[in-house]
Amino acid sequence: MLRYIARRLLWAVALLFIVTAVIFVIFNVLPTADPAQLRAGRGASVEQIEAIRESLGLNDPIHVRFARYVEGVVTEFDLGRSIFQNNAPVRDIIFDRLPATIMLTVGAAILWLAVAIPVGVISAVRRRSLLDRTTMITTLTLISAPVFWLGLVALYLFAQDVGVIKIFPGIGAYSEADTFLGKVGAMILPWIVLASATAAIYARYIRSQMIEVMGEDYIRTARAKGAPEGVVVRRHGLRSALTPVVTLLGVDIGTLLAGNAILTETVFNIPGVGGELASAIGQSDYELIQGIVLFGAFFIVIFSLIVDVLYAYLDPRVRYS
Amino acid sequence: MSAPGTELLSVSGLEVTFRTDAGELRAVDGLSFDLRRGEILGIVGESGSGKSVASLSILGLTRGPDTVISGRAEFDGRDLIALGEEELRELRGNRISMIFQDPLSSLHPFYTIGRQLIEAIQVHRSARKADAAARAVELLEMVGIPDARRRLDEYPHEFSGGMRQRAMIAMALANEPDILIADEPTTALDVTTQAQILGLIKDLREQLGMAVIMITHDLGVVAEVADRVLVMYAGRAVESAPVDALFYDPQHPYTWGLLGSVTRMDRPRAAKLAQIKGQPPSPLALPAGCKFRPRCPHAFDRCAVEPPLEPRSGDSAHADRCWLGPDEKRAKRVVEGGEIGLEAA
Repeated sequence: MLRYIARRLLWAVALLFIVTAVIFVIFNVLPTADPAQLRAGRGASVEQIEAIRESLGLNDPIHVRFARYVEGVVTEFDLGRSIFQNNAPVRDIIFDRLPATIMLTVGAAILWLAVAIPVGVISAVRRRSLLDRTTMITTLTLISAPVFWLGLVALYLFAQDVGVIKIFPGIGAYSEADTFLGKVGAMILPWIVLASATAAIYARYIRSQMIEVMGEDYIRTARAKGAPEGVVVRRHGLRSALTPVVTLLGVDIGTLLAGNAILTETVFNIPGVGGELASAIGQSDYELIQGIVLFGAFFIVIFSLIVDVLYAYLDPRVRYS
Repeated sequence: MSAPGTELLSVSGLEVTFRTDAGELRAVDGLSFDLRRGEILGIVGESGSGKSVASLSILGLTRGPDTVISGRAEFDGRDLIALGEEELRELRGNRISMIFQDPLSSLHPFYTIGRQLIEAIQVHRSARKADAAARAVELLEMVGIPDARRRLDEYPHEFSGGMRQRAMIAMALANEPDILIADEPTTALDVTTQAQILGLIKDLREQLGMAVIMITHDLGVVAEVADRVLVMYAGRAVESAPVDALFYDPQHPYTWGLLGSVTRMDRPRAAKLAQIKGQPPSPLALPAGCKFRPRCPHAFDRCAVEPPLEPRSGDSAHADRCWLGPDEKRAKRVVEGGEIGLEAA
């Protein structure tokens, strides 16, 4: 088991290096806006731009710049500086925005699991029942609905300011709330919106996993033992059906923390990493974009590492192979 | 064997139909047999003959919205077919146990052997975990697994095929059942392991006095362990006989075909292995009359009506479903070399 973890860890480090290199190439070698010119602003002279270029080290050869970048990232997690936010370190901007994104992601993940597991299991066990058909049509609808549209509909229906039924805090409520409970309240609609499509995908996935597992020989053995059906479904069926869901969950949480909640954060004006990414793109604040993308890649690599280790814990066959 | 003649399980007119998209699939069609205390009953037939479905249905393991089960299966004064799910569940793994063909896929890959054994014990009796674990070690030792205490913490994939089937048997015997149903228990094992598992089942039968239903497609297995044999074809029994009578005086042409297609080292190698021509009938559309008629070279006009399963050879313990007279049968079943077969190759 330890060897397995060590192997995965090494692989994660290698992967992070490759990812860093690819991102560096995308933002520094492929043609983008000239960062020196962006910093200099309008009407700057050629000499001024050249001076900025020299001070940023942009005239150095590309491998020197990459080495410097990697060194900065490794030694002090320096992801560069924002062009349009007073040269603020990208790292600090991200850390500032991270709590909102973590709260949004974790809450939504709990919500979608809480909905998808029972729905998926019941649909699988009562296959082709009215309940199964209803939930499968509902989930298909939710999967098809775009998040920004769902967000606007949710606001229109339930927001305290503009909603038809004024029950939940609406746009910008997260920034305005100053207590934790207030922030939780502000997250209710974003959680629902962010969780709905994922809950639908998970419910369908868990259903199909469960249907497959319940046809396995060891399920028949459990029944032949005389185990009550509830035990057969939970201890023997669900245990197997949920194991591959761990993989899915790790990747989904990783990408959401990496800024993939961009639409939800934008619609609800939540000051999270995704929202920051959206405005950075709007301003061509390329060092900020690069920093957020690299930071997101870190999250994804780290979560796949967690998933690999967790998977080995859950499935004894992986441990020994 | 204890008191032969006392019926432990009495199945009569068992019918199992699955509703499928292609139509009604009659997997078991009027199966009747008795199982006596302490005996090993071999049920032989090709895949699709309904032998597995019949035994699963007796335990209620084929019940579902698309399954219709009728007939009777009397056990201990109760009809298992009519029994409620909860009462049946109490019998399963307790009074009647079952083991299956592939022990790897039949054991849960995520749980240790010990945990699965302990579950089998605790489902039916309130034993503390430590007591159940001690019992689990006893059971593993009983089925010949060395170093049982240590192996309790191992997972099924760490066991060899034969050891897995031994663990399955240990699990099935956890509550000392009256009946063990073994559904092709040796098919997935190599030949030497097969013999060991069959030997183990025979020993345990002596030791525990339980009855065994041995489901197999392999006449060699039947010859090895069974006291009586039921030959199944198209969801029904076509012949029922004590094991010696089946091999030395087979009455049904299908049985002749089965006997004729066994590979044997003591016979000169034929150019082609004898086989029964044609395919078993589709359970979606069974032929009228004798179900074997379309494949039987000895069929005649009377076969348009299905013969009942009854003694015809003069031995009251030996029943079959074939209209031919006993002397005709004895003449027709002999193929070249004096061996038994369906027809000359």
